[in-house]
Amino acid sequence: MLTIVIHHEKCTGCKGMKEPLCVKLCPGDLIMIKNEKSFIRDPGDCWDCMACVKSCPYGAIETKLPYELGYKDAHLIPKRKGKIIVWELVYSDGRREVFERQVRL
Amino acid sequence: MEIDTDLLIIGGGTAGCLAAVEAKELDPDLKVTILEKAHIERSGCLAGGINAINVYIHEGESPESYVRWARWYAMGLLREDLALTMAREINKAIEKVEKWGLPIPKDDKGRYLRRGRWGIHVFGESIKPILAKAVKNAEVDVYNRVVVTNLLTKREKVIGAVGFGVRNGDFYLVRAKATIVATGGAAGLYKPKNDGEAHHKIWYSPFNTGTGYAVGIRAGAEMTSFEMRFNAIRIKDVNAPIGTIAVGFNAPVINSKGEKFMQKNYAHLGGEAAPTPLRVHGPMEEIRNGRGPCYIDTRRLNDKDLRRLKEEYLDEYPTLVLYLASNGIDLKNRFLEIYGTDPYIVGGHCNAGYWINTDRSTTLEGLYAIGDVAGGASSKFVGGCFAEGIIAARAAVDYICNKNALEEVDPELVDKERYRTFAPLWRYKEGRHGPTPKEMELRLQKVMDEYVGGVHQFYLITEKGLEIAKIEIKALKEQAENLIARDLHELMLAHELIDRLDVAEVLIHHLLYRKETRWPGFQDRVEYPHLDDKNWLVFVNSRKNPKTGEIEVFTRPYEQIVPGDRYNP
Repeated sequence: MLTIVIHHEKCTGCKGMKEPLCVKLCPGDLIMIKNEKSFIRDPGDCWDCMACVKSCPYGAIETKLPYELGYKDAHLIPKRKGKIIVWELVYSDGRREVFERQVRL
Repeated sequence: MEIDTDLLIIGGGTAGCLAAVEAKELDPDLKVTILEKAHIERSGCLAGGINAINVYIHEGESPESYVRWARWYAMGLLREDLALTMAREINKAIEKVEKWGLPIPKDDKGRYLRRGRWGIHVFGESIKPILAKAVKNAEVDVYNRVVVTNLLTKREKVIGAVGFGVRNGDFYLVRAKATIVATGGAAGLYKPKNDGEAHHKIWYSPFNTGTGYAVGIRAGAEMTSFEMRFNAIRIKDVNAPIGTIAVGFNAPVINSKGEKFMQKNYAHLGGEAAPTPLRVHGPMEEIRNGRGPCYIDTRRLNDKDLRRLKEEYLDEYPTLVLYLASNGIDLKNRFLEIYGTDPYIVGGHCNAGYWINTDRSTTLEGLYAIGDVAGGASSKFVGGCFAEGIIAARAAVDYICNKNALEEVDPELVDKERYRTFAPLWRYKEGRHGPTPKEMELRLQKVMDEYVGGVHQFYLITEKGLEIAKIEIKALKEQAENLIARDLHELMLAHELIDRLDVAEVLIHHLLYRKETRWPGFQDRVEYPHLDDKNWLVFVNSRKNPKTGEIEVFTRPYEQIVPGDRYNP
């Protein structure tokens, strides 16, 4: 029943930052901090833009489709590396694909 | 918080960013201010990125050939003056964004890589951070997380805007010498295709809630063509764009019998490349008549194509890639289903928006409109929004230099606007009872879907339905007087709901007025099923009478500037 999952074992709440990047960037103002961890206010309100996922310095946020649209055991993990972004795609059956895309000149 | 500025831009998206930078380049001494509802780095339509810019004037084409195509694509009704002025700027605007850091692949002759007749490929995952950086470098003042609730007017002239901070709860009073509305269009008017947890898996940004239209409607600006709704044909379930496959890979759509029904039924209108309303009308008619599901046929794609397809979706709509992996879909063995989306009101794909002049000034002095809220010039897409930003900035800077004074704001008006802005929050704090924004949203979306041609009704619109919807929206507007908001986030949702009610009301009036079906798939008037150029080759416009509060609807003439057959480009 989720659209993003915040892995709380990885989330540090970005202590010391005025505003964690996930809270700062969410276009829907959907993420907030409670007890030094990030939470999504209403998972159904997420648009899947992945701004929070891409910006999290700890890789603590993952996009998941709601169950009615997709089964759960697939993963799509973006990692920004300088002028490229690397996407790791893991299928339900364990198959894995990696994509690299240029994002800046 | 009180802000005095030369140029106020409402919305730091595609069009707003270009306008801000252009204004600073024209006059570095000018104070330019952006009010942005989210955060400029990842706000608006382009939050997730883009993989193509859909209009570029390639070698062998011209602004005139573009207008011939866009006019035909809009079923013969277009503000050709707006389309022409936009098309003349578009290449320069795109080249400018490339210089800011947007990677655009080129062929061996250094030309942008073509996608279809008009488009180009881009590596646009970071388009929004790139635009935001250009705005920052130009020393534009950006206020993030500010929700604009109204324009300030004085004798039909716009003198600024008011709003509130979602983070700090401050009231914002902005006095400006000129104002540009550059917000997104309107999603969330209609019940979406997915329910519950997936209700925001819609194609258009669910955070674009028609505020840019609504502030203009309430201020008495003239609007055009809301009845040309945008009902898009998309990948079912996740509502991902299909242009990436259809245009990028030339893949046809088929029905459950394997028939290429677009080529069969619409050959005389371009088949697969038929005008955009027919591209949703075609499949929805197949499904309605028992020949569904419909698919996009990817069987000709090889492994390399399929990998490139995923790469392109990662730049713009990564959910589709996760959808393939989550459901174990191998596109060589299983086709993707297509279906229509919930209807949106936009000026980027369709003609809905402010009625503007070629300099992008609206019917209210001191107010300009660009991008999705600017009407009349459909098929401008992202590149056209860039171009309109530049055009409006020139006109606004010129206006500021000629009429160089801020206006005083009546303190009574400020008090009234402050009350209007915070009332839902104050009502809650006083313990008053009333509907929440989410409750009202569900009712609005149900009414619009059932009576104003939602996707669950195959977009069919009846006269009786529209009359019922008119009454329901009026009741909802009365209910909105009791809306409650428990915190600042909900206060934002409350204003988004109020704005969508104003947009829905105007939309219903427009749909009632046009007694023909000009855009099957977008505007199917059951009682008037045919296109009728004799009576309806006109723009349907409206204006809310500030004295009576009534929506007055009337027509404006269409003017053909580029010669040629309007139905055969």
